[in-house]
Amino acid sequence: MFSQNPIMNGPNYSFNDAPPKANAPEGARQHRFDPYTDNGGSTLAIAGADFTIMAGDTRLTSGYSINSRYHPKVFKIGGTTADQHDATLVLSVVGFAADGEALKERLDTICKMYRYRHGKPMSVKACAQRLSTILYQKRFFPYYAYAILGGLDDEGRGAVYSYDPVGSYEREQCRAGGAAASLIMPFLDNQVNFKNQYVPGSGEGHALQERERNPLSRGAVEILVKDAFDGAVERHIEVGDGLQMMVITKNGIEEILQPLKRD
Amino acid sequence: MPGFDFSNYNRNAALHARGVPLPKATSTGTTIVGCIFDGGVVIAADTRATSGPIVADKNCEKLHYISPNIWCAGAGTAADTEFTTALISSQLELHSLSTGRKPRVVTCMTLLKQHLFRYQGHIGAYLVVAGVDPTGTHLFTVHAHGSTDKLPYVTMGSGSLAAMSVFETQWKPKMTQDEAVELCSQAIQSGIFNDLGSGSNVDVAVITGEKTVLKRGYVRPNERSQKLKSYIFPKGTTAVLNEKIIRKEDLGNYVSVHELSTTEEGGDKMEVDT
Amino acid sequence: MSSPFSINGGAAVAMVGKDCVAIACDLRLGLQALTVSNNFPKIFQYGDVFLGLTGLATDVSTVSDLFRYKVNMYRLREERDIAPRTFANLVSSSLYEKRFGPYFVSPVVAGLDPKTGVPFICGFDSIGCIDFAKDFIVSGTATEQLFGMCESLWEPDMSPDELFETISQSLLNAVDRDALSGWGAHVYIIEKDKVTKRLLKGRQD
Repeated sequence: MFSQNPIMNGPNYSFNDAPPKANAPEGARQHRFDPYTDNGGSTLAIAGADFTIMAGDTRLTSGYSINSRYHPKVFKIGGTTADQHDATLVLSVVGFAADGEALKERLDTICKMYRYRHGKPMSVKACAQRLSTILYQKRFFPYYAYAILGGLDDEGRGAVYSYDPVGSYEREQCRAGGAAASLIMPFLDNQVNFKNQYVPGSGEGHALQERERNPLSRGAVEILVKDAFDGAVERHIEVGDGLQMMVITKNGIEEILQPLKRD
Repeated sequence: MPGFDFSNYNRNAALHARGVPLPKATSTGTTIVGCIFDGGVVIAADTRATSGPIVADKNCEKLHYISPNIWCAGAGTAADTEFTTALISSQLELHSLSTGRKPRVVTCMTLLKQHLFRYQGHIGAYLVVAGVDPTGTHLFTVHAHGSTDKLPYVTMGSGSLAAMSVFETQWKPKMTQDEAVELCSQAIQSGIFNDLGSGSNVDVAVITGEKTVLKRGYVRPNERSQKLKSYIFPKGTTAVLNEKIIRKEDLGNYVSVHELSTTEEGGDKMEVDT
Repeated sequence: MSSPFSINGGAAVAMVGKDCVAIACDLRLGLQALTVSNNFPKIFQYGDVFLGLTGLATDVSTVSDLFRYKVNMYRLREERDIAPRTFANLVSSSLYEKRFGPYFVSPVVAGLDPKTGVPFICGFDSIGCIDFAKDFIVSGTATEQLFGMCESLWEPDMSPDELFETISQSLLNAVDRDALSGWGAHVYIIEKDKVTKRLLKGRQD
């Protein structure tokens, strides 16, 4: 069983918890329901002083195949019309593309209904709580999607809310999601929150002073996003093709599309 | 002692029996191809090595030397392709030295398949064997279980379908060397761009009766773009608790050298067994 | 039971600079989520060659001792120190010998060529496949995090001081996002005529 060697196929070890022999009757077949696929890709969100940048690559994969080189993961949410020209919120979804799409459509509809009924767009805070509820309603058959919601809060500061697939959420300064999240997140800790950085010459050993955090400019954040994705593209096979960036400011949402490596 | 050492085998089998997964080897989830032309044969490969979804090596060598006129492209478990080809290369060299003849491609292919068949597919080497010998030009594929094929154009690895689609639409009999190189390069690039297991550059080896030319990085369509910012930190950014410097010139301080006098009166005479 | 590679945790990284190389590791030894020790270095020095070993701690100890023995035997036979490239091939062959019963380790080798002084680094999988790289090599449970850090922070031709900051920041920020690594770090900066070993301040959680 382990050795594939006929002579050694006796019990060649002394543990009493040997793998159980399959005791299914002859010809029995186990039926399974596999409704989920991982479609790869990665997303990223950073909140600034008066803006939020949401980004995602545009590759859609399954296994070793590329299903699409342009399948957006970042969406404007809650405009009055289908073209979302007056939207104020952005949702990014990564994981199972079909669930992501369904989640986006549902949240968009809810935001539109809210806007129609109340005559004003939904605040990020309210939308964030609503998204959590939507996700938790499907606690035992979840949307397999890692969502990040971005916008500007009541004071006009950048706001990023990140979620797990069943609705646990938190407001954060920055967050990476999806396949290359583990590659990008430590880079963000270091370059956005200046983690592990100290002021040179401010002391010895434990007495050193931490480098002070100051909010980044829009230009600096755009550079960080591009470099973070370039790094992820180099080392993760499911990330590539295109980089889609949404910049949310008080003047509206600007969309930027850049090419990434296609191998 | 030649051969494999199984001393950890029982320990690992016992762990495996308790549900421990097998180690993740670097695999060359690759595209490799080969194509015969008038007067020789060309083989080509991509240069990406992966470990799961992570790229372990962006520019690895998948074209392996067997003898001056025989080369091998390898897919599958990276360590297996590396060591299997090195082993057969060595055996073939000794064989050609003892027979006084140039090594033949069929000999190489037979040694490979016999070795791989003996290990029943556990040595995960999938190879394209190509070469020119006194009997002519040859191109084979060898699978991990020991089966072989002989064809005018071949592809292997996870990008084999993408590459084969190029061959099936563009291949024609009696190609020139340049046409064959270009066709193989196109086939590999189709793997690089459409198969996630393949990527980076195209390596090509052209084998003719006279010589072999290895073109490492024949096409480089995936150069990394320039970073938008330098991420060099000012000196002293990291908190250091302790520092120790060892200089080569100071190493003498740790060794004491005593000059022993050669004359009789300088200390006791050393006892020497006679 | 989890994979043998992630029972004890740990991370190692090597980087190339201008006429220098660096190798670094964390100090954690754990048993699943429980940290047992915060002083378990994973870098071993054999003459001028440095070996980083992550993976199953029992195999880390076994393999490090095995190579100390093999390198000492080499020195006695050849009457000279082993070169990094030679050592890399020794590691590769020794691991592949155990192809069907491997040690659960992911080694990293770093050093300067004793004749030319050219930087040399390489990494291996557990069955001895060599990964020659011109920039950096990572290994351990924080592999993905280290790849992300190194890929964005590393640049060519760094001075020893720049290299130290870059490798340290890469390692510290990577292990802070890995539950199984961290608890301090060792960094070696290897130059032609000196070796600098530093103990870094890292989070103790």
